[in-house]
Amino acid sequence: MKYISLCFAIALGFAVVGAQAPQQQPSEVATVISSEPGAVPRLAVPAFLALSSDADTVAAARTISDVLWNDLNYEHEFAFVARDIYSTIPPAKSIDDPPFDRWREVNADAVIMGSVQKSGSQFLIRYRLWDVKTRRQVGGVGAEYSGSANPRRYAHTISDEIFKKTRGLDGVARTKLSFSSDRDGERLTGTIENRTVREIYISDYDGENQQRVTVGRTLNSFPTWAPDSRSIAYVSWRRGQPNIFVSHIYDGTLDELTKGPSESYTPAWSPDGSRIAFSSTRDGHAQIYVANRDGSNVRRLTNGASLDTTPTWSPRGSEVAFTSDRSGTPQIYMISADGLGGVQRLTAEPYADKPTWSTYTNEIAFESRTGARFDVKVIDVATRTVKQLTFGEGSNESPVFAPNGRHLAFMSDRTGKFQIYTMTRDGRDVRQVTKSGENRLPSWSN
Amino acid sequence: MKTYTARLALVITIVVAAACGSKKSPALTPTSAPEPEPPPVTAPATPRNPTPITEAAPALPRVSDEAVNSASLDDLNRNSPLKPVFFGLDSSDIDPIAKSALDDNAAVLKQHPTWGVTIEGHCDERGTAEYNLALGDRRAAAAVAYLRSLGIADTRLKTVSYGKEFPFDAGHNEAAWAKNRRAHFVITTK
Repeated sequence: MKYISLCFAIALGFAVVGAQAPQQQPSEVATVISSEPGAVPRLAVPAFLALSSDADTVAAARTISDVLWNDLNYEHEFAFVARDIYSTIPPAKSIDDPPFDRWREVNADAVIMGSVQKSGSQFLIRYRLWDVKTRRQVGGVGAEYSGSANPRRYAHTISDEIFKKTRGLDGVARTKLSFSSDRDGERLTGTIENRTVREIYISDYDGENQQRVTVGRTLNSFPTWAPDSRSIAYVSWRRGQPNIFVSHIYDGTLDELTKGPSESYTPAWSPDGSRIAFSSTRDGHAQIYVANRDGSNVRRLTNGASLDTTPTWSPRGSEVAFTSDRSGTPQIYMISADGLGGVQRLTAEPYADKPTWSTYTNEIAFESRTGARFDVKVIDVATRTVKQLTFGEGSNESPVFAPNGRHLAFMSDRTGKFQIYTMTRDGRDVRQVTKSGENRLPSWSN
Repeated sequence: MKTYTARLALVITIVVAAACGSKKSPALTPTSAPEPEPPPVTAPATPRNPTPITEAAPALPRVSDEAVNSASLDDLNRNSPLKPVFFGLDSSDIDPIAKSALDDNAAVLKQHPTWGVTIEGHCDERGTAEYNLALGDRRAAAAVAYLRSLGIADTRLKTVSYGKEFPFDAGHNEAAWAKNRRAHFVITTK
C-alpha cells in the first residue's frame, strides 16, 4: 500500500462529486491522507478532550466534535468510522497521543484529535489531524484557536480548514443563509386584511443560530447577501410600494437603494459587490436595471414590452441572466452586463424563473413548472443541457447556489408550509433547515 | 499513575472476589459498564499563538413604524363599495366580467371625487414568487389603464404589487386560486 499520489487524490475528488461535474474547486491539494487506493479517506472524529471538568468545557467539547462531524460529512468528501465505535476506544491522554493501533483496527485512515480548555472567560481550542498509518500529523493540519464564540464556530472553522488543506476546496461551514419568515406572527398595521409581517432572518448554513435582522414590521422579502457577507439587500414594502433596501446587518444601518413611487425588486449583487442588478417599473413595467451599490448611476439593461425580472450575474460579472415573458411564458435569457449585444434565450420550459448562476460552474439553477407546481432544474449554459434536481415532492422553488457551487438552498412546501431546504448540486442529501413559522426565499452568503 | 494504580487495585479485587466465589459483592462486581473516566488532564504545551475566533452579532436597525393607521379608512375599506377585479391564470387581460367590475368602481370614484385609491396586484401560488411580482404589477396597471380610459385621473390611482405574498384564500384549489388572482382596491385618502 502506497500513499496515494497527488493526481490520484484529485481524481478521487471528481469521482465523489460525480463524473458529469466540471471542475468546481481549485485543486491545490496540499496534503494527502493515507488511504486505500480507490477509497475516500475514512475519518474518525472522537469527542474533543475536555481539559477541565466544568460544565461549559464538557459541553463545548461535545458540541465541537458533533458539529465538526456534521460539517465534514456535508461535502461527501470523506467516509467516517461509525460514531458508535468511538466509545470502544480508550480516550487519549492528549491530542498528541492518539491510540493509533486501535484506530487502525476500526479502519480509520485519519483521526481528528482536539481539546477544549477554559482560560478565564475564553476557550482555548486545539486540534490535530493525525494520519493513522504514518502516525504523523497530516501536512501540519492543526491549529490553536481562542475566543468566546459559540462552540459551533470553532467546529465550522476547523472543518473549513481541513477541507481547504486536504481537499483543496472551500467548505461552507462558516457561511450563512438568509430568508424571509413570518414566525413572529405580528399583524401588518394599516390594513384591514389579515396579513402577517415578514422579517428577514439569518442562520448558519445548517439552520442553527437563527437571528432576525430587520424590524420593519411590514412585508420584507427577497433577501440577498452581499459578496462581503456583511450586508443584505432585500425588498421591503414599508413605504407602500416594494423597494430595495440594503441593511448593514452588523452595523445596524440601512440604506434605501431605490425609492418609489415606482416599484423595484429582486436585487442581485455583482460578484465584486460594486453593483446591484434589479427589476424596476420606473419606466412603466418591470425591466432590468443596474445601479452602483449606493443606488447611483442607474442604467437600464433591457428594453422591451415584456416583463423582465430576477437578474443573476455570471461568475465574472460579464453577463446577466434574467427571466422574461417575451415569448409568452416566463423563460430564462441572458445578456451582456453592459447591455451590448443581443439577448440569448436559454430555456424552453413550460414556465421558468429565478435563475441563479453558480460561482464555480457555468450552470444556472432555476425553478421550472412541472405539472401543477415547480421543481428545481439546472441548465449547463454552454451545452444547454437541462437536469432536474427535485421531483414533485411539494413545490420546490427559488433555488440559490452555495458559494462553493456544490449545494443549493431552495424553498419547498413538501411538509405543509414553505420551509428552507438544502441539497447537493445533483439533488441528493436534502436537509430541512427551518421549522418555525413559514420561511421562504433563501439566499446563501459567501 | 494514580489512575493506573486504582485500576489495578480494582482488577485485583475483582479477581480475588471471583476466586473466592463470592456472589454477594455488589460493590465489587459492576453490573454495567463503568462510567467512562474523564481523560486525565495533560498539561498543555505553552499556547503558541492561538488564532482568535470571533462571530459578529447582528445589530438591528432603528426604524420608526411609519404605517398609517386610520380607523375611519379601515371601516370604509371593510365595507368597501369598490369591487375586486379577477384575472385568468398567468394573465392580466381585462375580460368582460372584469370590465363590468371596473365600470362600477369608476362610477363610485366619480361619486366620491376626493377619494384616492391604491390598487393592489395579487397572484395565485401557481406562479413563482419572483415573476408574480411583475405580473401583479401588470394586473394593477391594467386596471389603472382601464379606469383612466373611463376618465379617472391618474393622480387618484396608485398601484402596488404583492405578487403571491398575501393570498386572500390560503387554500390550494381552483376556488382559492381564482380569488387570489386579483386587482384589489384599497381607499387610502377620502
